[in-house]
Amino acid sequence: MLRDITLGQYYPTESVIHGLDPRVKLGTTVLYIISLFCFRNFLGYLLAALGLALVIRFSRVPFRFMVKGMKSILFLLLITVVFNIFLTPGTPVLRLWKLTVTREGIVLAATMAVRLSLLVIGSSVMTLTTTPNNLTDGMERMLRPLKIFKVPVHEVAMMMSIALRFIPILLEETDKIMKAQIARGADFESGNLFRRAKAMVPLLVPLFVSAFRRANDLAMAMEARCYRGGEGRTKMKPLIYQKKDYLAYLAVLCYLAASIAVGRILF
Amino acid sequence: MSIILDHINYIYGADTPMAVHALKDICLKIPDGQFVGIIGHTGSGKSTLMQHLNGLERATSGHIYYNGEDIYDDDYDMKKLRSRVGLVFQYPEHQLFEIDVFTDVCFGPKNLGLSRKEAELRAYDALRKVGLPDELFYQSPFELSGGQKRRVAIAGVLAMKPDVLILDEPTAGLDPKGRDEILQQVKKLQQETGMTILLVSHSMEDVAEYVERIIVMNQGSVLYDDTPRNVFARYKELEEIGLAAPQVTYILHELKKNGLDVDAAATTIGEAAEGIMQALRK
Amino acid sequence: MPNIIKTRNLTYEYIRRDEEGNVEGITTAVDHVSLDIRPGEFIAILGHNGSGKSTLAKHINAILNPTEGTVWVDGKDTSDEEAIWDIRQTAGMVFQNPDNQIIGQVVEEDVGFGPENIGVPTKEIWERVEESLRAVRMYAYRKHSPNKLSGGQKQRVSIAGVLAMHPKCIILDEPTAMLDPNGRKEVIRAVRALNDVEQITVILITHYMEETIHANRVLVMNEGKIAMEGTPREIFSQVERLKELRLDVPQATLLAHELRGRGLELPAGILTAQELVDEIGKISRKGNRICP
Repeated sequence: MLRDITLGQYYPTESVIHGLDPRVKLGTTVLYIISLFCFRNFLGYLLAALGLALVIRFSRVPFRFMVKGMKSILFLLLITVVFNIFLTPGTPVLRLWKLTVTREGIVLAATMAVRLSLLVIGSSVMTLTTTPNNLTDGMERMLRPLKIFKVPVHEVAMMMSIALRFIPILLEETDKIMKAQIARGADFESGNLFRRAKAMVPLLVPLFVSAFRRANDLAMAMEARCYRGGEGRTKMKPLIYQKKDYLAYLAVLCYLAASIAVGRILF
Repeated sequence: MSIILDHINYIYGADTPMAVHALKDICLKIPDGQFVGIIGHTGSGKSTLMQHLNGLERATSGHIYYNGEDIYDDDYDMKKLRSRVGLVFQYPEHQLFEIDVFTDVCFGPKNLGLSRKEAELRAYDALRKVGLPDELFYQSPFELSGGQKRRVAIAGVLAMKPDVLILDEPTAGLDPKGRDEILQQVKKLQQETGMTILLVSHSMEDVAEYVERIIVMNQGSVLYDDTPRNVFARYKELEEIGLAAPQVTYILHELKKNGLDVDAAATTIGEAAEGIMQALRK
Repeated sequence: MPNIIKTRNLTYEYIRRDEEGNVEGITTAVDHVSLDIRPGEFIAILGHNGSGKSTLAKHINAILNPTEGTVWVDGKDTSDEEAIWDIRQTAGMVFQNPDNQIIGQVVEEDVGFGPENIGVPTKEIWERVEESLRAVRMYAYRKHSPNKLSGGQKQRVSIAGVLAMHPKCIILDEPTAMLDPNGRKEVIRAVRALNDVEQITVILITHYMEETIHANRVLVMNEGKIAMEGTPREIFSQVERLKELRLDVPQATLLAHELRGRGLELPAGILTAQELVDEIGKISRKGNRICP
């Protein structure tokens, strides 16, 4: 089901993680992702997994929600693993027809798989515990310095938050239009690539029309509610660092120190 | 020749902890040529049930027989079923996509593998049946009015020449006149072609006016399945599940309570007026 | 008291073009409409699709500007660029599609969107959000995602979103057209409460006749003009005229009309089931049976 995609979905509950400043969560996620790419041994990944598990525990979001996000990248994950296993040169372990599996290949594939999984789950934790509005607020604040270079930071943030709000609606709509066309005898599944691409037209045209209609309606509704860009806007939920946010930063620092020590980053 | 639903259960997301039992043990028989109304509030399972009838959703357990054949048999031709049982979704105009009205209506028949000539004949016939004026045939469907778009979308399903036509709230969002026009067209269609029609609706007044049988859905089960008179006689029970009988039913019951000897089971304005006049003459 | 909304000769035309962009003709969506709406009034605007009622409504919120004539909201001319944000704050607008007007991902954030735009201080935003959500009885849902709400609930959130801007007038453009009967009832109840309790001027555009029964005044639009105007009772006593205008009447009114046609002496303009029952009761008690 299309509705099951959780990437970019918020899970409403009250938890320590939910209550943190989005800047903390954004910064942490970025640092976490960087750390994933810097580890030079498995111990580092173990540490990363442990850290993540701890955060998930605190977030009170059921673990299956995180795993659901994984489903959407399963294909990507598979390709990465297969390519790495077969295409890495090194000591051969196994020979399958013309393909050689190497020791290095297995190690690399495993590393990539772990890395990707942690990366996706890690970012899911952020989106699941932060409302998109909050997230874009955080981004807007963090990127504010770019304003001097005439980057429309507020506008970009607003666009992202609207896009996130409409993803589930458009997915549901896709599902509905697809069914309606199947009811008219459309076939989305058989035929060669060219025929399949052509079969998408009855799905894509209505979807685009609908997206434009919605965009138009929304723009009007926003204007009617006095939206006129970021100038002179106040915030219902302004970002102010609390004690818990500083504590969270401290925890992140500890994680960083540990990763440098355990994961042999830098040396 | 009929549709038979035999103990249909449908569990949405069956293997997850959030499983929803959307349809519970539904048994129904719909003979040919009947005009059936299906009512129930949002989430009662009526739309899901309709999607089972042409195989868009598959029951978790139970069987559906169309003209005596089990549609869940491995060698059953689902595509053929979909051409026999036409389903018009809610807001069907959202599925229009072709450059002109006529080509859009041809989409269904073409998918059935018909020749171009045959497809065009059917499209023409279908557009006539929904009462769309000829001069609109070569306009872009996106430039039509709301009511016209809806007719084109219904024609798109009719062009497949189904034996059964399911309409999921075909009048949602239309103005009163547009509402009446569509329903009258459907009624005419049913009388002329003997097509079986299943009308899903929120409007008790509409249902009372047009159908001969009402199926009331509540929380995934069939609560009542009877003639409009008998169903609306249960207006108190209908209210309990968030539905209501047509306003005339209330007026007649109230009159009866006040001592007027009137037939309270009438469901349409005409019947009710006749009944009140008779009672007053006594 | 001065009129909250006043229009004089309001006309809106748009140019139709064919595929090559050549002018095909001009459509007059609103045709010389003059209106006066007093503060605290509950106005219902009826009309079939394409009668110009939505176009008229969009002028009051300054989303559209008249081709000809003038619209004043609370004394301000809507074609005055300087006044546009004041006007939009004074006359808030709720639209038809519940999905396409909610901006926030959480109910309370959506209600706060309007006040944020007009620069209300943070503390006050929270107060306004709370009072607005309570007014439409959606406070319990403040932390919910709008995607999980029913249509009626979404529309109530939209109403709260407008309410939080402290408008003097709310225009609702077919807010119930996409809802089921229960959702419709919820929304109409909320709208009536705004008018009764908060004394906000309400302009309700709809084609459901039952929803206009409680209005002070009903306007019926046809081909861009005001075709009928009066109290609900005055309007609904003209069943034939309404049918000509592609509208219908509440079932009680229709039944009374039918009975009158069969010779029963009922007064014109019956609106509710109760009224009809009472009137028929009177006739049957008097015993003045009509000749067979």
